[in-house]
Amino acid sequence: MAKSPLIAVDNLSKIFSGPRNREPVPVFERVDFTVERGELVCLIGHSGCGKSTVLNILAGLDDATTGQVLIDGLPIAGPSLDRGIVFQNHALLPWLTAARNVVFAVRSRWPSWEAAEVARHCQKYLDLVHLTGSEHKKPSELSGGMKQRVGIARAFAIQPKVLLLDEPFGALDALTRGLIQDELLQIWAATQQTIFLITHDVDEAILLADRILLMTNGPRARIAEVVTNPLPRDRTRQTLHRNPRYYDLRNHLLDFLLSRSGRHVNGAPRSAGARPVNEALESGGLQ
Amino acid sequence: MGSVRGVRTALASLLLLGLVLGAWQLATIPKTATAAGNAEYQAMVGSHKAGLPSPIQIAQTSWRHLRSPFHDGGANDKGIGIQLAFSIGRVLLGFALAVLIAIPLGFLVGTSQLLQRALNPYIQVLKPISPLAWMPLALYTIQDSALSSIFVITICSVWPMLINTAHGVSSVKREWLNVARTLEVHGLRRALHVVLPAAAPTILTGMRISMGIAWLVIVAAEMLVGGTGIGTFVWNEWNNLSLANVIFALLMIGLVGMLLDLAFGSLTRLVSYQE
Repeated sequence: MAKSPLIAVDNLSKIFSGPRNREPVPVFERVDFTVERGELVCLIGHSGCGKSTVLNILAGLDDATTGQVLIDGLPIAGPSLDRGIVFQNHALLPWLTAARNVVFAVRSRWPSWEAAEVARHCQKYLDLVHLTGSEHKKPSELSGGMKQRVGIARAFAIQPKVLLLDEPFGALDALTRGLIQDELLQIWAATQQTIFLITHDVDEAILLADRILLMTNGPRARIAEVVTNPLPRDRTRQTLHRNPRYYDLRNHLLDFLLSRSGRHVNGAPRSAGARPVNEALESGGLQ
Repeated sequence: MGSVRGVRTALASLLLLGLVLGAWQLATIPKTATAAGNAEYQAMVGSHKAGLPSPIQIAQTSWRHLRSPFHDGGANDKGIGIQLAFSIGRVLLGFALAVLIAIPLGFLVGTSQLLQRALNPYIQVLKPISPLAWMPLALYTIQDSALSSIFVITICSVWPMLINTAHGVSSVKREWLNVARTLEVHGLRRALHVVLPAAAPTILTGMRISMGIAWLVIVAAEMLVGGTGIGTFVWNEWNNLSLANVIFALLMIGLVGMLLDLAFGSLTRLVSYQE
């Protein structure tokens, strides 16, 4: 068991029932990938390719039409505390303060805990996302970045097997996004969590991910390539752009999103591009 | 600036009150001179016929009532405080019963589309029935006038609460329910910690509407069944031709109604949230 991946996605597809007398077309099909323990994997693709649906299926909030997802070797059956989710629009309960939002999650995870223990545990995670001092504010009194920090604290605080983040920084300005990305990396390093993150931001994927899954455009979207990030793990936003390999990787990802993502529609061989790309990157760049 | 505007508003309000009361006082000055030739007619209709009481007479009457609001001199001589307490007590009892029925039922209706559609035609037919129209049926089955007025209060309070609770529950945001699902929060904990706080402002708005209707209805119900209460008081004073007492009672009814509404207004503010 120790060697099997934490998440194994096999032959996933999703068909939404469309308007009548029209052939229902799968949004995505034949999607398979794995996520190892402690790994941070990014799924990147254009809007509408079904990224969020993939994440919702992993979360158990949505059902796949075909295929299956194994977590720790077991098929998923609905949502579970094993999988923490950071929602795109933070989804905080607006009538609770920041701290109470985290407390609600922690109490759900460990119902038998004493109040003091719950409070101490929550404070630890609120401190990790630098919300110290704003714990007792309602979500409406917090900025967009702070709301998303609460969402991140809430998801990490229940110590799930895997964290699923659905474009968590999409609605934030560039400055705030950078700050929270750094915080996410710090918490990730501190907690050794497995993280699956959806984004459409190439730089975000390069900064955060160990591996980057590239999804083609829908309908019939696929995972066309799996790119292993060749940059050293201690990369930071400040030094990232000085690494010569950064531009090769960035150009490769942008190239995919801008031109090649639409061309994989009919059955490019699975993950055919992954290995050559990585070899090329590791030997000092493409072309 | 705010305080200046407040002072101006208060001044305008007082000026309006003064104008209305002044006009009223002038209009009700007793006419001393009787037109000649009408003496016979005056004798026939009764020269002591009381006109509309003047504001000063009403103030005197009010003062008499308010000096001992809780005196009890038997069935026909109870202080205004006691009469109001009877009415408020009935309203609160009937209202509480309605809460017990409407909120759980509203929760059920709000969570089940099937139930919502199935019950909707009945609610639509029952809702517009005047609460007082239930009175004969209530008197016949319950055979107790006090309980019947409580029943009438219940039946008129149920609808706004039921409809608002169902609407509030069915429009709880999907993302909040998804949060509950991913945290494995189900059943009672989900109902109390997610659905109820999310729907609370809508539910309390329904309760506020219900309370307003209940207070309107209790006066009419008590006028109909008699016994005790502010509605009975109004009817008795009408039969006594004591319009000063009637007007005093009207002012009291308005005042209590306003206080009840204010109480629910602040309750609503307590549970409302900003997204």
